[in-house]
Amino acid sequence: MIPLMAEAAVRRPRVVIAKPGLDGHDRGAKVVARALRDAGMEVIYTGLRQSPEQIVAAAAQEDAEVIGLSILSGAHLPICRRVLELLRERGMGSVRVFVGGIIPSQDVAVLKELGVADVFLPGASTREVIRAIEGGSAGVA
Amino acid sequence: MKKVVEEKEAVSSTAGEDARFTTISGRPLARFYGPRDVAGLDYARDLGDPGQYPYTRGIHGTMYRGRTWTMRQFAGYGTAAQTNARFKYLLAHGGGGLSVAFDLPTLMGRDPDHPLSLGEVGKCGVAVSSLRDMETLFEGIPLDRVTTSMTINGPAAILLAFYVLVAERQGVGPETLAGTVQADILKEFIAQKEYIYPPRPSMRIVVDMIRFCTERMPRWNTISISGYHIREAGATAAQELAFTLRDGIEYVQWCVDAGMDVDSFAPRLSFFFNSHSDFFEEIAKFRAARRIWARTMRERFGAKNPRSWMLRFHTQTAGVSLTAQQPYNNVVRTALQALAGVLGGTQSLHTNSLDEALALPTEEAVTIALRTQQIIAHESGVANAADPLGGSWLVEKLTNEIEAEALEYFRRIDAMGGMVAAVERGFPQREVQESAFRFQQAVERKEKIIVGVNDFVMEERPHPILYIDESVGEEQVAGVRKLRAERDDVRLARALRELKVAARGTASLMPPILEASRAYATIGEMCDALREVFGEYEEEPVF
Repeated sequence: MIPLMAEAAVRRPRVVIAKPGLDGHDRGAKVVARALRDAGMEVIYTGLRQSPEQIVAAAAQEDAEVIGLSILSGAHLPICRRVLELLRERGMGSVRVFVGGIIPSQDVAVLKELGVADVFLPGASTREVIRAIEGGSAGVA
Repeated sequence: MKKVVEEKEAVSSTAGEDARFTTISGRPLARFYGPRDVAGLDYARDLGDPGQYPYTRGIHGTMYRGRTWTMRQFAGYGTAAQTNARFKYLLAHGGGGLSVAFDLPTLMGRDPDHPLSLGEVGKCGVAVSSLRDMETLFEGIPLDRVTTSMTINGPAAILLAFYVLVAERQGVGPETLAGTVQADILKEFIAQKEYIYPPRPSMRIVVDMIRFCTERMPRWNTISISGYHIREAGATAAQELAFTLRDGIEYVQWCVDAGMDVDSFAPRLSFFFNSHSDFFEEIAKFRAARRIWARTMRERFGAKNPRSWMLRFHTQTAGVSLTAQQPYNNVVRTALQALAGVLGGTQSLHTNSLDEALALPTEEAVTIALRTQQIIAHESGVANAADPLGGSWLVEKLTNEIEAEALEYFRRIDAMGGMVAAVERGFPQREVQESAFRFQQAVERKEKIIVGVNDFVMEERPHPILYIDESVGEEQVAGVRKLRAERDDVRLARALRELKVAARGTASLMPPILEASRAYATIGEMCDALREVFGEYEEEPVF
């Protein structure tokens, strides 16, 4: 009788937080990573200087359903394009990609067209990020 | 009588844990300050006049009457030609000296066609891949008359070599050159993370540069020991002060251990602080910095030359405080922060532009930033007397408090075996990250208000910004490929070999770097040669 209830435990979201490219500004990535962990998610932080290939491989290895990219350097369009390409190639289309950092507002729509689930601009709160991840929207087509 | 005295004491004691009355660092402020708060302060021992040890009130007797602070605006974007134009613009509009922002591939010692350089070229600063780009960058700028600060750390020795060689081509010898190279690798491990090699080989490179400059470039500031980045990464004011000065102590110790006489190099060490939002805390921080450094140099290191005791610093207003929302508010933030820097006695100042939460500054935005300094200098009157807030009970009390906190951190780091040891075990990194997280929580709980972000919010239209596209990267890659095809490969190969030989030994790296630079080695090639010898460093991610 009791085991049936225990089996119904909800799986905690598994999130890879990554710093792609050369940018070393990791304050935001680490604050978000910690907030997500405190909110009960499984968080894997890749560390700095990751290539899109390394990030997608980490997500595959960790069976993550979400990738959070932190990009402050202006390299967001080529990097996101590559990450989303790789996810599609590897049949990981259900993985949702979030981006935070310094993104000009004119690029937000472009990122969403590429398949990014949501973009967090300066001033966003960790609460918003948590809500967006728990909200669960469609991943990359 | 007794009752009145008791009441006064209760009122002037620290105001408990009410977060509304703490500084941005979390320091509680009393309702007011009075003579009781500075009992025991001895003017001659703790303050001195401006220009008198321990220099709390300023390092010069005349301060800004003798010479206004240098208005040194950090600039750089796109190609060397584009940045050359921005340099000329700033100099023509009252800028006092140059300050170079390099792009991430340059900062990280990578060529523009390295896989990790994807999307990065020319975005955060100017792309410099070789001596050829440096020549373009300073074309038409007389290096015997203009001073330049270069924000570069991992590849600092290479950019310094480039600068010396560009000057040489102008007929200007290294002994004439005045400027600064940031080169402060310790704060990279703590905060900015633009390191390449592990801590110990990185320190060796810094010592080589300090020695080279001491011998060949007497007007050059060999290092800019920085707190700006540590603060931007989330540190409190006390942590910024403590870690910066303790980094300074580490550099001095390493140079002394390498056989250099402290008075031979200490006068050319320089510092770089943040000027953040809490007005009085920042002024106290700058004053405490001077006092701590003067005493440290005299007592800990036995320096005898008064110029070794004087802490000279550049200040930048806090980038991290700028908001993407309602960007014109940033003009006000920058003005207040710049004012704090001036009242704190800075030698040199950069003011951020209103659009910098989202991009590198447009020409219009950077003009306002420069005018901000000019208005403070010429209209506000604050520069007419040195250390105008000296003697304020609040400012003197905060100066004492922040000094005590910094000295406590010195004790802890000394006990760990020094700053390199502390960095290796992740101590300052964790302190900074903890402060960053606490601040974010305070903002989300509205214990700390950021106007336009968590209060006074309004609907807005996007603001026009400087947009750098991928064509810069394409141009830069084409340029580097052309360079590689045109070089003397034999000379280049020999130079890179010599560089590795020097790196494996103890000889100075500067001569082989100069030779490789002359042979038009790229930054990526020179850094890769050193990567082969020193290895690469990546931190243990802790969050």
